[in-house]
Amino acid sequence: MNADVVKATDASKKPAAVAVSRTALTVNGQLRQLELDPRTSLLDALREHLHLTGTKKGCDHGQCGACTILVNGRRINSCLTLAVMHDRDEVVTIEGLGAPEALHPLQAAFIERDAFQCGYCTPGHICSAIGMLAEAKAGWPSHVTPDVASGQIALSDAEIRERMSGNICRCAAYPNIVAAIRDVAGGVSQ
Amino acid sequence: MKAFTYERVIDPRAAGAAVSRAGAKFISGGTNLLDLMKLEIEQPTHVVDISRLPLKQIEGLPDGGIRIGAQATNSDVAADPRVRAHYPALAEALLAGASGQLRNKASIGGNLLQRTRCPYFYDTAAACNKRTPEAGCAALLGINRIHAILAASDACIATNPSDMAVAMSAFDAQIELLDPNQSTRHVAIDDFYIAPGSTPHIETLLRPGEMVTAVTLPPPPPGRQRYRKVRDRASYEFALVSVAVIVAVDRETITAARVAFGSVAHKPWRSKDAEAVLKGRPATLATYQAAADAAMRGAVGQGHNDFKIELAKRTLCRTLAETAQINRGPS
Repeated sequence: MNADVVKATDASKKPAAVAVSRTALTVNGQLRQLELDPRTSLLDALREHLHLTGTKKGCDHGQCGACTILVNGRRINSCLTLAVMHDRDEVVTIEGLGAPEALHPLQAAFIERDAFQCGYCTPGHICSAIGMLAEAKAGWPSHVTPDVASGQIALSDAEIRERMSGNICRCAAYPNIVAAIRDVAGGVSQ
Repeated sequence: MKAFTYERVIDPRAAGAAVSRAGAKFISGGTNLLDLMKLEIEQPTHVVDISRLPLKQIEGLPDGGIRIGAQATNSDVAADPRVRAHYPALAEALLAGASGQLRNKASIGGNLLQRTRCPYFYDTAAACNKRTPEAGCAALLGINRIHAILAASDACIATNPSDMAVAMSAFDAQIELLDPNQSTRHVAIDDFYIAPGSTPHIETLLRPGEMVTAVTLPPPPPGRQRYRKVRDRASYEFALVSVAVIVAVDRETITAARVAFGSVAHKPWRSKDAEAVLKGRPATLATYQAAADAAMRGAVGQGHNDFKIELAKRTLCRTLAETAQINRGPS
């Protein structure tokens, strides 16, 4: 519990009248204490207060997926949730997944498959893919699963595309993104 | 975003009192409310977080029905083995909506209460009676391709965007509500949404301080189920038209049918008129067309959305044909 308390004033000029909420987040395995204007999105808490800028802000409205992170093991849009709502939750961002000398398999696959151009959407894609692969492993169906009652999911390219539709790549690296995820999934390709 | 104070409630019995403060609103998944708060379309001064209430359970009921807690996520319900086995059209509808990330956050109660995606409701420079009563409706003379063809008024032609609610309507869902005095009532989903009339800002019959605690589905009716969504993109897009059907066929005759449409009105549009046409009739295209005509009787286009009337009919015919075909089996 020796984590530093990061003050809201570190990153924003908030009006003095705004109440501040104390929030504790476990981010990439480390407990972080924050004092935040309750309006602070989880995305802004990560980027502007904890200075973890790997998670990207694209649309800030849940439409592009660039801000995708894992909370308690599930992928969510960090722009569309308040940091104060995640007190004591376990957050994993792109910074928590691998290091340059020890890449996460999805990071390595994205490089191997050249699955990006500008790279802005890549952290969101990788976090989303981790969540997506866990969902498929748990047998969750998707919109393109022929029989939703079936417990077995074969991750075809069509399944990968549907399940990743919440992540937009404006450079349109989609074919290589699907290939990279397919490599890691070890799934059935079409 | 306007400033607000934040409060988390952990006991459902405390929620009603917490939200009874002036300017207060519940937040659950936040995927719709925060979007609207960023645009200052919603401006709560006090936000009551109900996302950690113990209302996440999905329970089988003794009568063969199912009770879905309002704080269950869209993902959890779509993945639930009982929902997938007995209410597959509900799983299909949930999976047709939003994205994986949003479904992991969005709650069942929040899905029911999400606001329209009418672009003029979202555009604070445009007139909108739903956003600002008496301001006028820019959609009437605007680009109204996605708007309502049934039960609209000259004050509002917005549609309810939910996929989930369409399937729930076909299943005769009951919405469970808890008020600040701790009394519970159940409202049929078909009665829950209020027609726009001259007061489109009043969308449901939720009373002040009431909270959605669960949705109950009776045992599934006989027959095959299917949710079909027609939209501009293959994924991650709201419907132009959607349809939930449940149809039972015995020796070429339809013995039971349920029909509900999405994105055609201010609410999931259950069509008992179509169902009445289908029951007892042969499972043929002529029957499906008669049902489609009955469903769209009284439908009115606004110009850009005239095509939705024909699209709704064709979507129903095709979905009925597919579902009845599977139902008849290989013979």
